[in-house]
Amino acid sequence: MASESKPFPFSTLFSQVGQVGLLFGRATAGLFRKPFEKENFLQQLEDIGVRSLPVVSLTAAFGGLVFGLQTYIGFHRFIGPGSEAYGGPVISLGLTKELIPILVGLMITGRVGSAMAAEIGTMKITEQIDALYSLGADPVRYLVTPRLLASVIMMPILVLYGDIIGIACGYIYNVMMGVNQHIYLKNTLLYLEFWDVVTGLIKAAVFGGVIAVIGCWQGLEARGGAEGVGRAATRAVVVASIGVLILNFFLSKALPADLVL
Amino acid sequence: MIEIQGLHKSFGTNRVLQGLDLSVRKGETLAVIGQSGSGKSILIKHMIGLMRPDQGRISIDGVDICCLSERELYAVRRKFGLLFQAAALFDSLTVAENVRFGLERYQDYPPDRIREIVLESLAKVGLRDVEDLMPYELSGGMKKRVGLARAIAYGPEIMLYDEPSTGIDPIRADAINDLILRMQQEMNVTSVVITHDMTSAYKVADRLAMLYNGKIVQIGAPDEIRNSANPIVQQFIHGQAAGPIKDY
Repeated sequence: MASESKPFPFSTLFSQVGQVGLLFGRATAGLFRKPFEKENFLQQLEDIGVRSLPVVSLTAAFGGLVFGLQTYIGFHRFIGPGSEAYGGPVISLGLTKELIPILVGLMITGRVGSAMAAEIGTMKITEQIDALYSLGADPVRYLVTPRLLASVIMMPILVLYGDIIGIACGYIYNVMMGVNQHIYLKNTLLYLEFWDVVTGLIKAAVFGGVIAVIGCWQGLEARGGAEGVGRAATRAVVVASIGVLILNFFLSKALPADLVL
Repeated sequence: MIEIQGLHKSFGTNRVLQGLDLSVRKGETLAVIGQSGSGKSILIKHMIGLMRPDQGRISIDGVDICCLSERELYAVRRKFGLLFQAAALFDSLTVAENVRFGLERYQDYPPDRIREIVLESLAKVGLRDVEDLMPYELSGGMKKRVGLARAIAYGPEIMLYDEPSTGIDPIRADAINDLILRMQQEMNVTSVVITHDMTSAYKVADRLAMLYNGKIVQIGAPDEIRNSANPIVQQFIHGQAAGPIKDY
Protein backbone atom coordinates (compact mmCIF):
# COMPACT_ATOMS: atom_id res chain seq x y z
CA MET A 1 0.00 0.00 0.00
CA ALA A 2 1.34 3.44 -0.87
CA SER A 3 2.20 5.59 2.11
CA GLU A 4 -0.11 8.54 2.79
CA SER A 5 1.45 11.77 1.54
CA LYS A 6 0.96 14.98 3.45
CA PRO A 7 -1.48 17.17 1.53
CA PHE A 8 -0.16 20.34 -0.10
CA PRO A 9 -1.30 23.32 2.05
CA PHE A 10 -3.22 24.84 -0.87
CA SER A 11 -5.31 21.69 -1.23
CA THR A 12 -6.11 21.90 2.50
CA LEU A 13 -7.11 25.54 2.06
CA PHE A 14 -9.35 24.75 -0.91
CA SER A 15 -10.82 21.80 0.94
CA GLN A 16 -11.64 24.01 3.94
CA VAL A 17 -13.16 26.73 1.75
CA GLY A 18 -15.24 23.95 0.19
CA GLN A 19 -16.35 22.71 3.61
CA VAL A 20 -17.43 26.23 4.64
CA GLY A 21 -19.28 26.68 1.34
CA LEU A 22 -21.01 23.35 1.73
CA LEU A 23 -22.02 24.14 5.31
CA PHE A 24 -23.38 27.52 4.19
CA GLY A 25 -25.37 25.80 1.43
CA ARG A 26 -26.81 23.17 3.79
CA ALA A 27 -27.65 25.78 6.44
CA THR A 28 -29.38 27.97 3.85
CA ALA A 29 -31.32 24.98 2.48
CA GLY A 30 -32.39 24.29 6.08
CA LEU A 31 -34.38 27.54 6.01
CA PHE A 32 -36.79 26.03 3.53
CA ARG A 33 -37.31 22.68 5.27
CA LYS A 34 -39.61 21.89 8.15
CA PRO A 35 -39.55 21.96 11.11
CA PHE A 36 -37.98 25.40 11.51
CA GLU A 37 -36.25 25.55 14.90
CA LYS A 38 -38.13 28.65 16.09
CA GLU A 39 -37.12 28.50 19.78
CA ASN A 40 -33.48 28.09 18.85
CA PHE A 41 -33.75 31.00 16.42
CA LEU A 42 -35.32 33.34 18.99
CA GLN A 43 -32.64 32.37 21.51
CA GLN A 44 -29.95 33.25 18.96
CA LEU A 45 -31.58 36.60 18.18
CA GLU A 46 -31.27 37.42 21.87
CA ASP A 47 -27.72 36.06 22.20
CA ILE A 48 -26.34 37.72 19.09
CA GLY A 49 -28.41 40.91 19.16
CA VAL A 50 -29.64 41.99 22.57
CA ARG A 51 -26.64 40.72 24.54
CA SER A 52 -24.21 42.45 22.17
CA LEU A 53 -25.72 45.89 22.75
CA PRO A 54 -23.36 46.93 25.59
CA VAL A 55 -20.20 46.02 23.67
CA VAL A 56 -21.51 47.59 20.44
CA SER A 57 -22.48 50.75 22.34
CA LEU A 58 -18.99 51.14 23.81
CA THR A 59 -17.21 50.30 20.56
CA ALA A 60 -19.33 52.65 18.47
CA ALA A 61 -19.15 55.46 21.04
CA PHE A 62 -15.36 55.43 21.25
CA GLY A 63 -15.04 54.79 17.53
CA GLY A 64 -17.17 57.90 16.89
CA LEU A 65 -15.26 59.95 19.45
CA VAL A 66 -11.81 59.10 18.10
CA PHE A 67 -12.90 59.57 14.50
CA GLY A 68 -14.45 62.93 15.47
CA LEU A 69 -11.21 63.89 17.22
CA GLN A 70 -8.92 63.04 14.28
CA THR A 71 -11.23 64.67 11.74
CA TYR A 72 -11.32 67.82 13.86
CA ILE A 73 -7.49 67.88 14.00
CA GLY A 74 -7.24 67.18 10.29
CA PHE A 75 -9.56 69.98 9.20
CA HIS A 76 -8.09 72.40 11.75
CA ARG A 77 -4.52 71.69 10.62
CA PHE A 78 -4.85 71.37 6.85
CA ILE A 79 -7.75 73.67 5.95
CA GLY A 80 -7.72 76.04 8.87
CA PRO A 81 -9.64 77.13 11.93
CA GLY A 82 -13.40 77.30 11.32
CA SER A 83 -13.35 74.55 8.70
CA GLU A 84 -13.93 71.81 11.32
CA ALA A 85 -17.70 72.06 10.83
CA TYR A 86 -17.21 70.55 7.38
CA GLY A 87 -15.92 67.37 8.98
CA GLY A 88 -19.46 66.14 9.74
CA PRO A 89 -20.03 64.36 6.40
CA VAL A 90 -16.53 62.85 6.52
CA ILE A 91 -17.14 61.44 9.99
CA SER A 92 -20.61 60.10 9.08
CA LEU A 93 -19.45 58.62 5.79
CA GLY A 94 -16.40 56.95 7.33
CA LEU A 95 -18.40 55.58 10.23
CA THR A 96 -21.41 54.24 8.33
CA LYS A 97 -19.54 52.77 5.36
CA GLU A 98 -16.38 51.44 7.00
CA LEU A 99 -15.57 51.92 10.64
CA ILE A 100 -18.78 50.81 12.37
CA PRO A 101 -19.35 47.69 10.18
CA ILE A 102 -15.71 46.65 10.72
CA LEU A 103 -15.65 47.39 14.46
CA VAL A 104 -19.00 45.71 15.10
CA GLY A 105 -17.99 42.80 12.85
CA LEU A 106 -14.78 42.23 14.80
CA MET A 107 -16.49 42.61 18.18
CA ILE A 108 -19.26 40.16 17.22
CA THR A 109 -16.62 37.76 15.90
CA GLY A 110 -14.93 37.83 19.30
CA ARG A 111 -18.12 37.62 21.31
CA VAL A 112 -20.44 35.46 19.21
CA GLY A 113 -18.22 33.56 16.74
CA SER A 114 -16.04 32.16 19.53
CA ALA A 115 -19.11 31.29 21.63
CA MET A 116 -20.67 29.41 18.70
CA ALA A 117 -17.47 27.44 18.13
CA ALA A 118 -17.10 26.66 21.84
CA GLU A 119 -20.74 25.64 22.32
CA ILE A 120 -20.96 23.45 19.24
CA GLY A 121 -17.44 22.10 19.85
CA THR A 122 -18.44 21.06 23.37
CA MET A 123 -21.55 19.41 21.96
CA LYS A 124 -19.34 17.57 19.47
CA ILE A 125 -16.89 16.16 22.00
CA THR A 126 -19.63 15.22 24.50
CA GLU A 127 -21.51 13.27 21.77
CA GLN A 128 -24.46 15.70 21.79
CA ILE A 129 -24.11 16.07 18.01
CA ASP A 130 -24.36 12.27 17.65
CA ALA A 131 -27.38 12.40 19.98
CA LEU A 132 -29.03 14.92 17.63
CA TYR A 133 -28.57 12.53 14.72
CA SER A 134 -29.86 9.57 16.74
CA LEU A 135 -32.96 11.54 17.76
CA GLY A 136 -33.90 12.48 14.21
CA ALA A 137 -32.51 16.02 14.10
CA ASP A 138 -30.10 17.29 11.47
CA PRO A 139 -27.38 19.17 13.43
CA VAL A 140 -26.91 21.65 10.58
CA ARG A 141 -30.61 22.50 10.47
CA TYR A 142 -30.91 22.47 14.27
CA LEU A 143 -27.74 24.38 15.17
CA VAL A 144 -26.33 26.19 12.14
CA THR A 145 -29.45 27.44 10.33
CA PRO A 146 -30.91 29.40 13.29
CA ARG A 147 -27.49 30.90 14.09
CA LEU A 148 -26.88 31.89 10.47
CA LEU A 149 -30.30 33.52 10.07
CA ALA A 150 -30.15 35.29 13.43
CA SER A 151 -26.65 36.57 12.68
CA VAL A 152 -27.59 37.86 9.21
CA ILE A 153 -30.62 39.66 10.69
CA MET A 154 -29.01 41.05 13.84
CA MET A 155 -25.69 42.29 12.41
CA PRO A 156 -27.27 45.06 10.26
CA ILE A 157 -29.47 46.07 13.21
CA LEU A 158 -26.41 46.28 15.48
CA VAL A 159 -24.50 48.25 12.84
CA LEU A 160 -27.40 50.69 12.37
CA TYR A 161 -27.52 51.14 16.14
CA GLY A 162 -23.73 51.61 16.15
CA ASP A 163 -24.00 54.18 13.31
CA ILE A 164 -26.39 56.29 15.38
CA ILE A 165 -24.20 56.13 18.48
CA GLY A 166 -20.96 56.73 16.53
CA ILE A 167 -22.31 59.71 14.57
CA ALA A 168 -23.81 61.17 17.75
CA CYS A 169 -20.48 60.84 19.59
CA GLY A 170 -18.55 62.39 16.70
CA TYR A 171 -21.02 65.29 16.73
CA ILE A 172 -20.82 65.70 20.52
CA TYR A 173 -17.01 65.77 20.43
CA ASN A 174 -16.93 68.43 17.71
CA VAL A 175 -19.60 70.58 19.39
CA MET A 176 -17.66 70.36 22.65
CA MET A 177 -14.58 71.59 20.77
CA GLY A 178 -16.55 74.68 19.74
CA VAL A 179 -17.53 73.65 16.20
CA ASN A 180 -20.64 75.39 14.82
CA GLN A 181 -23.29 72.75 15.36
CA HIS A 182 -25.73 74.13 12.76
CA ILE A 183 -23.20 74.06 9.92
CA TYR A 184 -21.96 70.63 11.10
CA LEU A 185 -25.49 69.17 11.09
CA LYS A 186 -26.49 70.88 7.84
CA ASN A 187 -23.42 69.52 6.02
CA THR A 188 -23.87 66.06 7.49
CA LEU A 189 -27.50 65.87 6.36
CA LEU A 190 -26.64 67.36 2.96
CA TYR A 191 -23.82 64.99 2.04
CA LEU A 192 -24.63 61.77 3.89
CA GLU A 193 -26.81 59.68 1.60
CA PHE A 194 -29.20 56.89 2.46
CA TRP A 195 -27.15 54.58 0.23
CA ASP A 196 -24.04 55.18 2.38
CA VAL A 197 -25.87 53.74 5.37
CA VAL A 198 -27.29 50.88 3.31
CA THR A 199 -23.77 50.00 2.08
CA GLY A 200 -22.68 49.48 5.67
CA LEU A 201 -25.76 47.40 6.41
CA ILE A 202 -25.16 45.14 3.38
CA LYS A 203 -21.60 44.60 4.59
CA ALA A 204 -22.92 43.84 8.07
CA ALA A 205 -25.30 41.18 6.76
CA VAL A 206 -22.43 39.51 4.85
CA PHE A 207 -20.17 39.68 7.92
CA GLY A 208 -22.98 38.16 10.00
CA GLY A 209 -23.16 35.19 7.65
CA VAL A 210 -19.38 34.74 7.65
CA ILE A 211 -19.11 34.92 11.45
CA ALA A 212 -21.93 32.39 12.00
CA VAL A 213 -20.81 29.88 9.38
CA ILE A 214 -17.14 29.98 10.43
CA GLY A 215 -18.02 29.76 14.15
CA CYS A 216 -20.32 26.79 13.57
CA TRP A 217 -17.87 25.12 11.15
CA GLN A 218 -15.04 25.31 13.66
CA GLY A 219 -17.33 23.92 16.35
CA LEU A 220 -18.37 20.99 14.18
CA GLU A 221 -14.71 20.31 13.33
CA ALA A 222 -13.59 20.31 17.00
CA ARG A 223 -11.59 17.24 18.04
CA GLY A 224 -10.25 15.97 21.34
CA GLY A 225 -11.19 17.44 24.70
CA ALA A 226 -11.22 20.90 26.24
CA GLU A 227 -8.04 21.78 24.35
CA GLY A 228 -9.77 21.02 21.05
CA VAL A 229 -12.71 23.25 21.97
CA GLY A 230 -10.33 26.08 22.93
CA ARG A 231 -8.51 25.69 19.61
CA ALA A 232 -11.80 25.75 17.71
CA ALA A 233 -12.87 28.97 19.44
CA THR A 234 -9.52 30.64 18.74
CA ARG A 235 -9.53 29.55 15.10
CA ALA A 236 -13.11 30.77 14.68
CA VAL A 237 -12.10 34.26 15.85
CA VAL A 238 -8.92 34.39 13.76
CA VAL A 239 -10.46 33.02 10.55
CA ALA A 240 -13.68 35.06 10.81
CA SER A 241 -11.77 38.28 11.64
CA ILE A 242 -9.51 37.82 8.62
CA GLY A 243 -12.60 36.97 6.54
CA VAL A 244 -14.35 40.15 7.69
CA LEU A 245 -11.33 42.35 6.89
CA ILE A 246 -10.75 40.80 3.45
CA LEU A 247 -14.42 40.83 2.52
CA ASN A 248 -14.73 44.44 3.64
CA PHE A 249 -12.21 45.51 1.02
CA PHE A 250 -13.87 43.56 -1.79
CA LEU A 251 -17.35 44.72 -0.78
CA SER A 252 -16.14 48.33 -0.67
CA LYS A 253 -14.83 47.85 -4.21
CA ALA A 254 -17.90 46.01 -5.45
CA LEU A 255 -20.65 48.15 -3.94
CA PRO A 256 -21.18 51.38 -5.94
CA ALA A 257 -20.31 54.63 -4.17
CA ASP A 258 -23.63 56.13 -5.25
CA LEU A 259 -26.87 54.38 -6.02
CA VAL A 260 -28.02 55.46 -9.45
CA LEU A 261 -31.67 54.56 -9.97
CA MET B 1 -32.41 -8.23 12.36
CA ILE B 2 -28.89 -6.72 12.47
CA GLU B 3 -26.38 -8.36 10.14
CA ILE B 4 -22.81 -7.12 9.92
CA GLN B 5 -20.41 -8.62 7.40
CA GLY B 6 -16.72 -7.84 6.88
CA LEU B 7 -16.81 -4.47 8.62
CA HIS B 8 -13.60 -2.46 8.35
CA LYS B 9 -12.93 0.95 9.87
CA SER B 10 -9.63 2.79 10.22
CA PHE B 11 -8.65 6.20 11.56
CA GLY B 12 -5.39 7.08 9.84
CA THR B 13 -3.09 4.14 10.49
CA ASN B 14 -5.19 2.87 13.41
CA ARG B 15 -7.21 -0.08 12.10
CA VAL B 16 -10.05 -0.33 14.63
CA LEU B 17 -12.40 -2.81 12.96
CA GLN B 18 -10.82 -5.43 10.72
CA GLY B 19 -13.44 -7.51 8.97
CA LEU B 20 -15.92 -7.83 11.83
CA ASP B 21 -18.87 -10.19 11.37
CA LEU B 22 -21.82 -10.12 13.78
CA SER B 23 -25.47 -11.08 13.77
CA VAL B 24 -28.02 -9.83 16.32
CA ARG B 25 -31.28 -11.79 16.53
CA LYS B 26 -34.68 -10.17 16.92
CA GLY B 27 -35.70 -9.80 20.59
CA GLU B 28 -32.38 -10.87 22.10
CA THR B 29 -29.99 -8.90 24.29
CA LEU B 30 -26.45 -9.18 22.99
CA ALA B 31 -23.56 -7.88 25.09
CA VAL B 32 -20.42 -6.90 23.20
CA ILE B 33 -17.46 -7.12 25.54
CA GLY B 34 -13.89 -6.06 24.97
CA GLN B 35 -11.09 -3.85 26.20
CA SER B 36 -11.36 -0.08 26.38
CA GLY B 37 -10.49 1.30 22.96
CA SER B 38 -11.19 -1.97 21.18
CA GLY B 39 -13.83 -0.35 18.96
CA LYS B 40 -17.07 -1.29 20.75
CA SER B 41 -18.51 2.24 20.60
CA ILE B 42 -17.36 2.55 16.97
CA LEU B 43 -19.31 -0.64 16.27
CA ILE B 44 -22.64 0.69 17.59
CA LYS B 45 -22.11 4.02 15.84
CA HIS B 46 -21.94 2.02 12.60
CA MET B 47 -25.14 0.15 13.48
CA ILE B 48 -27.11 3.41 13.78
CA GLY B 49 -25.45 5.04 10.77
CA LEU B 50 -23.48 7.67 12.70
CA MET B 51 -20.32 6.38 11.02
CA ARG B 52 -19.76 5.01 7.53
CA PRO B 53 -17.64 1.87 7.19
CA ASP B 54 -14.51 1.83 5.03
CA GLN B 55 -15.60 -1.59 3.81
CA GLY B 56 -18.29 -4.13 4.67
CA ARG B 57 -22.03 -4.37 4.93
CA ILE B 58 -24.48 -3.51 7.73
CA SER B 59 -28.03 -4.63 7.23
CA ILE B 60 -30.93 -3.56 9.46
CA ASP B 61 -34.10 -5.59 8.84
CA GLY B 62 -32.74 -6.50 5.42
CA VAL B 63 -31.81 -2.93 4.41
CA ASP B 64 -28.13 -2.26 3.74
CA ILE B 65 -27.59 1.09 5.48
CA CYS B 66 -24.06 1.70 4.22
CA CYS B 67 -25.18 3.35 0.99
CA LEU B 68 -28.20 5.26 2.31
CA SER B 69 -28.39 9.06 2.15
CA GLU B 70 -28.78 11.08 5.36
CA ARG B 71 -32.49 11.45 4.63
CA GLU B 72 -32.93 7.70 4.13
CA LEU B 73 -30.98 7.01 7.32
CA TYR B 74 -33.53 9.07 9.24
CA ALA B 75 -36.11 6.29 8.82
CA VAL B 76 -33.58 3.67 9.94
CA ARG B 77 -32.52 5.67 13.00
CA ARG B 78 -36.17 5.89 14.02
CA LYS B 79 -35.90 2.17 14.90
CA PHE B 80 -33.04 2.76 17.33
CA GLY B 81 -32.77 4.15 20.83
CA LEU B 82 -29.21 4.93 21.87
CA LEU B 83 -28.02 5.41 25.44
CA PHE B 84 -24.69 7.22 25.23
CA GLN B 85 -21.77 6.46 27.52
CA ALA B 86 -21.96 9.88 29.21
CA ALA B 87 -25.71 10.24 28.50
CA ALA B 88 -25.09 13.13 26.02
CA LEU B 89 -27.97 15.17 27.37
CA PHE B 90 -28.43 18.54 25.69
CA ASP B 91 -26.94 21.07 28.14
CA SER B 92 -29.21 23.91 27.14
CA LEU B 93 -32.47 21.96 27.52
CA THR B 94 -34.35 20.87 30.63
CA VAL B 95 -34.89 17.19 31.45
CA ALA B 96 -38.41 17.27 29.96
CA GLU B 97 -37.18 19.00 26.79
CA ASN B 98 -34.43 16.40 26.46
CA VAL B 99 -36.86 13.50 26.82
CA ARG B 100 -39.38 14.90 24.34
CA PHE B 101 -36.71 15.82 21.77
CA GLY B 102 -36.83 12.60 19.75
CA LEU B 103 -40.52 12.14 20.42
CA GLU B 104 -41.38 15.45 18.74
CA ARG B 105 -39.35 14.54 15.70
CA TYR B 106 -40.27 10.89 15.30
CA GLN B 107 -43.94 10.95 16.36
CA ASP B 108 -46.80 13.23 15.52
CA TYR B 109 -48.47 13.50 18.92
CA PRO B 110 -50.36 16.49 20.35
CA PRO B 111 -48.56 18.41 23.17
CA ASP B 112 -50.68 16.83 25.95
CA ARG B 113 -49.83 13.32 24.79
CA ILE B 114 -46.16 14.24 24.50
CA ARG B 115 -46.19 15.51 28.09
CA GLU B 116 -47.83 12.26 29.24
CA ILE B 117 -45.21 10.14 27.45
CA VAL B 118 -42.38 12.23 28.91
CA LEU B 119 -43.69 11.63 32.44
CA GLU B 120 -44.28 7.91 31.71
CA SER B 121 -40.75 7.50 30.31
CA LEU B 122 -39.22 9.24 33.32
CA ALA B 123 -41.33 7.08 35.66
CA LYS B 124 -40.14 3.93 33.85
CA VAL B 125 -36.56 4.82 34.73
CA GLY B 126 -37.55 5.68 38.29
CA LEU B 127 -37.45 9.47 38.06
CA ARG B 128 -40.13 11.86 39.27
CA ASP B 129 -40.32 15.64 39.68
CA VAL B 130 -37.15 16.25 37.69
CA GLU B 131 -38.77 17.55 34.48
CA ASP B 132 -37.72 21.16 35.02
CA LEU B 133 -34.16 20.47 36.15
CA MET B 134 -31.21 21.22 33.91
CA PRO B 135 -28.68 18.43 33.16
CA TYR B 136 -25.98 20.07 35.33
CA GLU B 137 -28.29 19.68 38.34
CA LEU B 138 -28.38 15.87 37.96
CA SER B 139 -26.02 13.22 39.35
CA GLY B 140 -24.21 10.83 36.98
CA GLY B 141 -26.74 8.05 37.59
CA MET B 142 -29.70 10.39 37.06
CA LYS B 143 -28.19 11.62 33.80
CA LYS B 144 -27.93 8.02 32.55
CA ARG B 145 -31.55 7.39 33.49
CA VAL B 146 -32.71 10.58 31.75
CA GLY B 147 -30.66 9.49 28.73
CA LEU B 148 -32.46 6.16 28.85
CA ALA B 149 -35.87 7.83 29.21
CA ARG B 150 -35.03 9.96 26.15
CA ALA B 151 -34.02 6.89 24.16
CA ILE B 152 -37.15 4.86 24.98
CA ALA B 153 -39.69 7.71 24.77
CA TYR B 154 -40.49 7.24 21.06
CA GLY B 155 -40.73 3.44 21.29
CA PRO B 156 -37.65 2.16 19.44
CA GLU B 157 -37.44 -1.46 18.24
CA ILE B 158 -33.71 -1.74 18.95
CA MET B 159 -31.92 -0.36 22.00
CA LEU B 160 -28.18 0.30 21.94
CA TYR B 161 -26.50 0.83 25.30
CA ASP B 162 -22.97 2.23 25.26
CA GLU B 163 -21.33 1.23 28.54
CA PRO B 164 -24.47 1.76 30.66
CA SER B 165 -22.77 0.95 33.98
CA THR B 166 -19.56 2.94 33.46
CA GLY B 167 -18.97 5.87 35.79
CA ILE B 168 -21.66 5.05 38.34
CA ASP B 169 -21.54 3.17 41.65
CA PRO B 170 -22.24 -0.60 41.71
CA ILE B 171 -25.73 -0.22 43.20
CA ARG B 172 -26.84 2.29 40.59
CA ALA B 173 -25.13 0.17 37.92
CA ASP B 174 -27.24 -2.80 39.01
CA ALA B 175 -30.36 -0.61 38.94
CA ILE B 176 -29.49 0.29 35.32
CA ASN B 177 -29.07 -3.44 34.57
CA ASP B 178 -32.55 -4.07 36.01
CA LEU B 179 -33.90 -1.30 33.80
CA ILE B 180 -32.33 -2.89 30.71
CA LEU B 181 -33.93 -6.22 31.61
CA ARG B 182 -37.28 -4.56 32.27
CA MET B 183 -37.14 -2.71 28.93
CA GLN B 184 -36.64 -6.01 27.17
CA GLN B 185 -39.44 -7.77 29.09
CA GLU B 186 -41.97 -4.92 28.84
CA MET B 187 -41.19 -3.58 25.38
CA ASN B 188 -39.70 -6.70 23.78
CA VAL B 189 -36.93 -4.70 22.17
CA THR B 190 -33.75 -6.08 20.65
CA SER B 191 -30.79 -4.81 22.65
CA VAL B 192 -27.07 -4.45 22.09
CA VAL B 193 -25.13 -3.64 25.25
CA ILE B 194 -21.54 -2.45 24.94
CA THR B 195 -19.67 -3.08 28.15
CA HIS B 196 -16.48 -4.24 29.81
CA ASP B 197 -18.31 -4.85 33.10
CA MET B 198 -18.68 -8.64 33.22
CA THR B 199 -21.21 -8.60 36.09
CA SER B 200 -23.45 -6.42 33.98
CA ALA B 201 -22.86 -8.49 30.82
CA TYR B 202 -23.74 -11.80 32.51
CA LYS B 203 -26.84 -10.30 34.10
CA VAL B 204 -28.47 -8.67 31.08
CA ALA B 205 -27.29 -10.64 28.05
CA ASP B 206 -28.76 -13.65 26.27
CA ARG B 207 -25.49 -13.89 24.32
CA LEU B 208 -22.06 -12.31 24.67
CA ALA B 209 -19.65 -11.42 21.87
CA MET B 210 -15.98 -10.72 22.58
CA LEU B 211 -14.38 -8.05 20.39
CA TYR B 212 -10.60 -8.21 20.06
CA ASN B 213 -8.23 -6.92 17.40
CA GLY B 214 -11.12 -5.58 15.33
CA LYS B 215 -12.95 -8.91 15.11
CA ILE B 216 -15.43 -10.94 17.14
CA VAL B 217 -13.26 -13.74 18.57
CA GLN B 218 -16.11 -15.64 20.25
CA ILE B 219 -19.88 -15.35 20.56
CA GLY B 220 -22.16 -17.47 22.72
CA ALA B 221 -24.44 -17.78 25.74
CA PRO B 222 -23.06 -16.53 29.11
CA ASP B 223 -22.12 -20.10 30.17
CA GLU B 224 -20.29 -20.73 26.90
CA ILE B 225 -18.25 -17.57 27.43
CA ARG B 226 -17.57 -18.45 31.08
CA ASN B 227 -16.27 -21.87 30.02
CA SER B 228 -14.54 -20.70 26.86
CA ALA B 229 -11.34 -22.44 25.85
CA ASN B 230 -10.12 -19.28 24.14
CA PRO B 231 -7.28 -17.82 26.27
CA ILE B 232 -8.08 -14.26 25.08
CA VAL B 233 -11.65 -14.59 26.35
CA GLN B 234 -10.51 -16.20 29.61
CA GLN B 235 -7.94 -13.45 30.26
CA PHE B 236 -10.51 -10.73 29.63
CA ILE B 237 -13.41 -12.15 31.65
CA HIS B 238 -11.15 -12.84 34.62
CA GLY B 239 -9.46 -9.46 34.32
CA GLN B 240 -5.91 -10.80 34.33
CA ALA B 241 -2.92 -8.73 33.25
CA ALA B 242 -0.97 -11.87 32.29
CA GLY B 243 -2.06 -13.63 29.13
CA PRO B 244 -2.19 -13.34 25.36
CA ILE B 245 -3.63 -9.79 25.47
CA LYS B 246 -0.57 -7.56 25.77
CA ASP B 247 -1.76 -4.26 24.33
CA TYR B 248 -3.23 -2.57 27.40
